[in-house]
Amino acid sequence: MKLALALVVICALLFGLSLVTGYSVASPVASLRALVIDDGTPLSVVMRDIRLPRALLAVMVGASLGLAGAAMQGYLRNPLAEPGLIGVSASAGLGAVLAIQSGAALAFALALPLAALTMALLAVGLILALAGPRGSSITLILAGIAISALASALTSLVLNLSPNPFAAAEIVFWMLGSLADRSFDHVWLALPFMVVGWVLLIGLGRGLDALTLGEDAAEAMGIRLPRVRLALVVGTAASVGAATAVAGAIGFVGLVVPHLLRPFVGARPSHLLWASALGGAAMVLAADIAVRVVFPDRDLKLGVLMALVGAPLFLHLIYKTRAETA
Amino acid sequence: MSLLELQNLTVRRGQCPVVDAVSLRVSAGECIGLIGPNGAGKTTLMRAALGLLPHEGHASLAQLPARDRARAAAWMPQAREIAWPVDVATLIALGRIPHLPKGARLSPEDRAAIDRAVERMGLAPYLGRTATQLSGGEQARVLIARALAQDTPLLLADEPIAGLDPASQISTMQVFADLARDGHAIIASMHDLGLAARHCTRLILLDRGRLVADGTPGDVLTPDNLRRVFGIDAYYQDTPDGPVFQPLKVLT
Amino acid sequence: MQRFRVITLLAALGITGAAVQADAPHRVVSINLCTDQLALDMAAPGQLVSVSKLAHDPQSSARVEQALALPTNGSGAEEVYLLNPDLVLAGTFTDPATVAMLRDLGIPVVLFAPAQSLADVPDRIAQMGAALGREDAADQMIAAYNADLATLSAPPAHRPRAALYYVNSYTSGDKSLAGDILSTAGFENAAAQAGISTIGTLPLEQLILLAPDIIIQGRDYPGQSRAEDNFNHPALRALTGTVMAGELTDRDWICGTPQVLNAIRAMRDLRAAMGHTQ
Repeated sequence: MKLALALVVICALLFGLSLVTGYSVASPVASLRALVIDDGTPLSVVMRDIRLPRALLAVMVGASLGLAGAAMQGYLRNPLAEPGLIGVSASAGLGAVLAIQSGAALAFALALPLAALTMALLAVGLILALAGPRGSSITLILAGIAISALASALTSLVLNLSPNPFAAAEIVFWMLGSLADRSFDHVWLALPFMVVGWVLLIGLGRGLDALTLGEDAAEAMGIRLPRVRLALVVGTAASVGAATAVAGAIGFVGLVVPHLLRPFVGARPSHLLWASALGGAAMVLAADIAVRVVFPDRDLKLGVLMALVGAPLFLHLIYKTRAETA
Repeated sequence: MSLLELQNLTVRRGQCPVVDAVSLRVSAGECIGLIGPNGAGKTTLMRAALGLLPHEGHASLAQLPARDRARAAAWMPQAREIAWPVDVATLIALGRIPHLPKGARLSPEDRAAIDRAVERMGLAPYLGRTATQLSGGEQARVLIARALAQDTPLLLADEPIAGLDPASQISTMQVFADLARDGHAIIASMHDLGLAARHCTRLILLDRGRLVADGTPGDVLTPDNLRRVFGIDAYYQDTPDGPVFQPLKVLT
Repeated sequence: MQRFRVITLLAALGITGAAVQADAPHRVVSINLCTDQLALDMAAPGQLVSVSKLAHDPQSSARVEQALALPTNGSGAEEVYLLNPDLVLAGTFTDPATVAMLRDLGIPVVLFAPAQSLADVPDRIAQMGAALGREDAADQMIAAYNADLATLSAPPAHRPRAALYYVNSYTSGDKSLAGDILSTAGFENAAAQAGISTIGTLPLEQLILLAPDIIIQGRDYPGQSRAEDNFNHPALRALTGTVMAGELTDRDWICGTPQVLNAIRAMRDLRAAMGHTQ
């Protein structure tokens, strides 16, 4: 449990750091004081209404992505799996894009996240219908790839047919992923779906451990595989769908975090679940701090930074694996 | 006490029966060798008996709910899959999953079962090593230990000794024989008829899905059965060191 | 008695005038390029407190000299909130999260849609005037704009065919601001022949087959991009009878402000230079 403690401490530190990072030049102590004591000053408003929901969302989004990534890898027994495989993020992106294009995003504030969430859940229903209740993990992957490709194609179509360059630019920037200016409205919208997802995914620990021995042996040990699959798909859709709905497309977390932490949990899938949740939260917190510190003037998007950091990290991991198995 | 009962068990692929109306009963204390040529339906029979395949006829284990079935029978598949680089101790401990409610830690009984399995298979020096870095034969022994750790009355294993060195093969068969004497029942499919003859109390011979012979090794490994089913000629002799069986040549 | 009444009347006017002034916002922050331009033209001295970063970019901002006197903001909610504004000016395509956050924090945000035609310009001016409490200035501006537009809108005898050609082969049709500028200046928009009404792409092949009298290219941005390669295509140079007018669409074309009149003037001069008077 030393790992758990270390990860919680890292997350707490990064959470605090995220709270004191921003445009205001107030000292960290003053900022935190303004957070705890509501003295009506602008700094207090900034801390409570702008920075606190942003930091909370970073934890929630990171935890969802990390947890879903670990669950996906555990079920498919493949370290290259990630939550996007079942097409949830692509479908949520399509929902958001349609909301922007149709102007619904202007009609009321939460139209965009709601549209994204609706699309994600629709897509999941479609995947379950396509893949069927029985059937191997291959059918699930194929169904997810099909849905993901369809959603991406439709998103590109919307962009292509956009008569308005402003709308097109807004769509592109949304898809790059960002937590800027998210409020508690976003937190309350995403939280119920994420909690449902987390509960479903954490409950997979036993089944994923048994799957280490293969599907046949796992089934003989009393694990009901159709239920595991259903919990995985619905849990991923709820948590990652909600995360994409409020923050846009943030990749690499679900792929890289389980990979990084696997050696520290002895490769045990059940332990990797909560470790990846904490690790994912830490990673998104760190990235969200970086986007505000590295290029404060240029509005660097979270998804971009994640990809810039994630890709070389992944290459390094591959290189290390090659060196070990050579 | 009957640990497994099959009545007219039939498994079809399309119209063709891969397992054809097999009936048998397994009681405690039996060490059964399931033998037959390639494609006879041995794996299919065992999987259907466990309820992992749709089937016609009656299989007592398949009627049980998943949880109870997992505590009644342990299954070691032929594909020796180890998906993640866990250490050997963790892998063997996976056998206790049917006995653990969700998220529970290992109780003293669980640890005792694991320790017994480790001792039976002689894996104490291996416990800290990464399972995926072991040789094929060592991995097989670890997986057998997992099935033993599950501590069920019945153990079904699909070619458990394939790929093991002679000492390991003999030791493993002896473990199975000891388990049978302790009141468990084993069904292990294998191709090494000599080991089957020496260590099993009962042989079941399958040919093209049909149960052809069921009895002691002496009753089953008759020259007639060997010629018809396997197409071989063999040397079989009861010696002071136990039965000796050696296939000699292929009959045309 | 008479003088007393005049004084009372003047005092009353002064008070109501002050009351009108009290309703108008005192600290206005603009976070959108086009609202920057209009606000810079119409705000009372000291009313506009901050403009967006693009207002300082000479390529994008028509009022860049005036904008340089004001600090810029990054259009983020925290930064804007800490400027303590009582009004924020934004576009309909500003990040909805930012707009919602500012409104949640109790700051009024007025959204301005991009102008799609010359007729939209007076509407935007009026909207800005109402938002800033500067209706009089707005009315004056609208009157001047309409008058100038009338003098520039005399229909010509012959309309040369022009095509607007931006990066990535985009063009603007009649139902866009740029298209409206073009047709008011006396050109016929070749994009209409290609069936494009608002914005669309005009493949190079189609552009050449249309053989317009003049191709007006979008501005050359710093840094090379593949999107601009089409400007250098040899086929364009081989077109005889077509004038290539480079880089004429600039900061006067982007926003729906009275600056569009400069654009119309430039286009009329271009038409005259091509040998078509009137």
